[in-house]
Amino acid sequence: MELKLRHKPIDQVGIEERCARFKTRSIKTDAKMQGLKMALSMIDLTTLEGKDTAGKVRQMCYKAMHLHDELPGLPTVAAVCVYPEMVASARKYLGSSGVKIASVATAFPSGQTNLDIKLADTKQAIDAGADEIDMVISRGKFLQGDYNFVFDEISSIKEACGNKRLKVILETGELGDLENVALASRLAIDAGADFIKTSTGKIQPAATMEVTLVMLEVIRDYYFETGKMVGMKPAGGISNSKLALHYLIMLKETLGDAWLTNEWFRFGASSLANDLLKQLVKQTTGVYQSGNYFALD
Amino acid sequence: MAKKNDTNTWSLSPAPESTSHIRIDKKYDLFIDGKFTPPQSKKYFKTINPATEEVLAEIADANEKDVDRAVKAARKAYTNVWSKMEPKERAKYIFRIARLLQERAREFAVIESMDGGKPIRESRDFDVPTAAAHFFYHAGWADKLEYAFPAKKPKSIGVVGQIIPWNFPLLMASWKIAPALAAGNTVVLKPAETTSLTALKLAELIRDSGIPDGVVNIITGAGETGKALVEHPDIDKIAFTGSTAVGKMIQRSLAGTNKKLTLELGGKAANIIFEDAALDQAVEGIINGIFFNQGHVCCAGSRVFVQESVVDAVTRRLEHRMNSLIIGDPLDKNTDIGAINSKGQLETVNKYLELGQKEGFEMFQAGNEPPKKGFWCKPTLFKNVAQSSIISKEEIFGPVLVMQTFRTIDEVIDKANNTPYGLSAGVWTDKGSKIFNLTSRLKAGVVWANTFNKFDPTSPFGGYKESGFGREGGIQGLSAYLKFD
Repeated sequence: MELKLRHKPIDQVGIEERCARFKTRSIKTDAKMQGLKMALSMIDLTTLEGKDTAGKVRQMCYKAMHLHDELPGLPTVAAVCVYPEMVASARKYLGSSGVKIASVATAFPSGQTNLDIKLADTKQAIDAGADEIDMVISRGKFLQGDYNFVFDEISSIKEACGNKRLKVILETGELGDLENVALASRLAIDAGADFIKTSTGKIQPAATMEVTLVMLEVIRDYYFETGKMVGMKPAGGISNSKLALHYLIMLKETLGDAWLTNEWFRFGASSLANDLLKQLVKQTTGVYQSGNYFALD
Repeated sequence: MAKKNDTNTWSLSPAPESTSHIRIDKKYDLFIDGKFTPPQSKKYFKTINPATEEVLAEIADANEKDVDRAVKAARKAYTNVWSKMEPKERAKYIFRIARLLQERAREFAVIESMDGGKPIRESRDFDVPTAAAHFFYHAGWADKLEYAFPAKKPKSIGVVGQIIPWNFPLLMASWKIAPALAAGNTVVLKPAETTSLTALKLAELIRDSGIPDGVVNIITGAGETGKALVEHPDIDKIAFTGSTAVGKMIQRSLAGTNKKLTLELGGKAANIIFEDAALDQAVEGIINGIFFNQGHVCCAGSRVFVQESVVDAVTRRLEHRMNSLIIGDPLDKNTDIGAINSKGQLETVNKYLELGQKEGFEMFQAGNEPPKKGFWCKPTLFKNVAQSSIISKEEIFGPVLVMQTFRTIDEVIDKANNTPYGLSAGVWTDKGSKIFNLTSRLKAGVVWANTFNKFDPTSPFGGYKESGFGREGGIQGLSAYLKFD
């Protein structure tokens, strides 16, 4: 298909100033409690390692469902995020808990293979019980300017996903500048992405507030034009509560309260959960507890 | 924006800055010759918190005799001490003031927000640090004047009378006092009557710095006090920041005297958004341009010109962004828009709101409901305004933005310059050559490109036409406090 693609001018300095402004928001007492729980419920608890095993996945799934049983009233995380090979195990251990299974696919993390293999990868994950697919775009093709290729690839994967939700990973750390991030975001959305996601976590820098803001603004533009909502998932590098709360402030002020749910926003993170739990316990009891009180999975 | 979902609203809890660490006296006298002394007028007036209408303190009302005492003290200090002091010794005192201001930054920020109504985020992150930066910057010049103006033999002027407005009370005091002292002058400064407190706290701090008595005198009062200062025969220079109307009166009164004069007056800045701009950042620039300090900014970007091809896109984003602004308690760390500085100013702003609607322009207001008590104005946008409307001609000095559209570069330059003012302007475009084209053709003292309301002590600030003359900041600002052979 013919794409009318145009880089949207973005001023890096202006983006940085706006992000600094989000960080001046002071989140206290009730708002902090609510924010911490909300962040917890938005986590895609992730393990994406060569050494992943069913045993590792079993432990992570238990954690996803029982974040910190000492503290009643906690939500579960939104999903676990694993390789296709691990989806069946996750399905078995999560049962009917409501925690979703996201599977990376399409030759994650590089995406350097052909479409048939990517489709097979996707199909394998879905057949094994994945609820959501996190695909990677072909960054090489994108940087070559072969936008049609990238678009077609995303729409083919989207078709293969059927009614499963598709998250499209842009790997912004490889895209070079914010204008490319905006262009890739729009391209992914137009090609059918239900969510756009910053990073695989395998490349530095992973998610930053600046990159996330640019992507949120593309989502807002698309909403203004079509009335359709698209989700956002920053992944990698968000490891403490304060930063997570500032991301939520950014989300609220850029897109509005309607996005403040795990249906439309996710954190791709693993160590963030324990810091959120630590802060929640502090808010509840008034004292910090040592890291030893929070399980590592 | 999207469908309202009650299950996932998230509002920020109150996060007020503590006031437990500050001290405001019940009553403030005049700071003359290094001491606080009661006014000969025996009169005091009340200063209130515009966010609560509660009285904060009583302030001495200086009459002509008090002004005379202050000028005499400044003259004596100039002749006997300050003009004879080694420049590097002068610098030590100015550096000391800068450091003391940094040490007491929190206290100054809180009092500034209480007395003037500005959000604590701004007084904490902008007013106080920038004020300290001005003292630091000018302290550095004190013993290098010969290098700043080579072969021009710079000399101090004498006693300087300084009158400052209520929008940035501490910062304007610093803009005025720091270069005057660095150049070797002594000072009589009068703050605005609604916002005297931080100037008086600065007087305490200056006294604590050990600077010789009489070098800085701070007297309080309203227009009459200012008039007495302007007309005092032993003043060598007047530096005024405030309204164009008062500036004209001062200039008339100084005609035929030897007194030097610098004026920094009103403005109605054009903030120009081209279709090739980074629109989201431009919207942020529009917000900062007009809603910073409730629009009580002489260089506020109060007229926004948007190229017709992107006017819908800009308007929608702007309204959306305005909806996320938080209006309320100036001491709350999350407040974006604080209180209007005084009842009088609120009446002025409201008059323009009525006028704009009467003129037939569509008004958009955003933000939460402001508190019941105090003086408040919601952030306001007038859309599709005409160049000939009163609201796009006169300075409103409040959180009120008027939006006009344009089609070509020449058209927007003509419209931007078609005003008696010329203090500042903003240009938003991704194209560098366009920026340089405009900066050379816009008749404004400051032109910001892809940003707005940026200040630095090293950069001169001042206006064209009825926005005044003379510069403040940088070497140019320093030269206004010197005479040359």
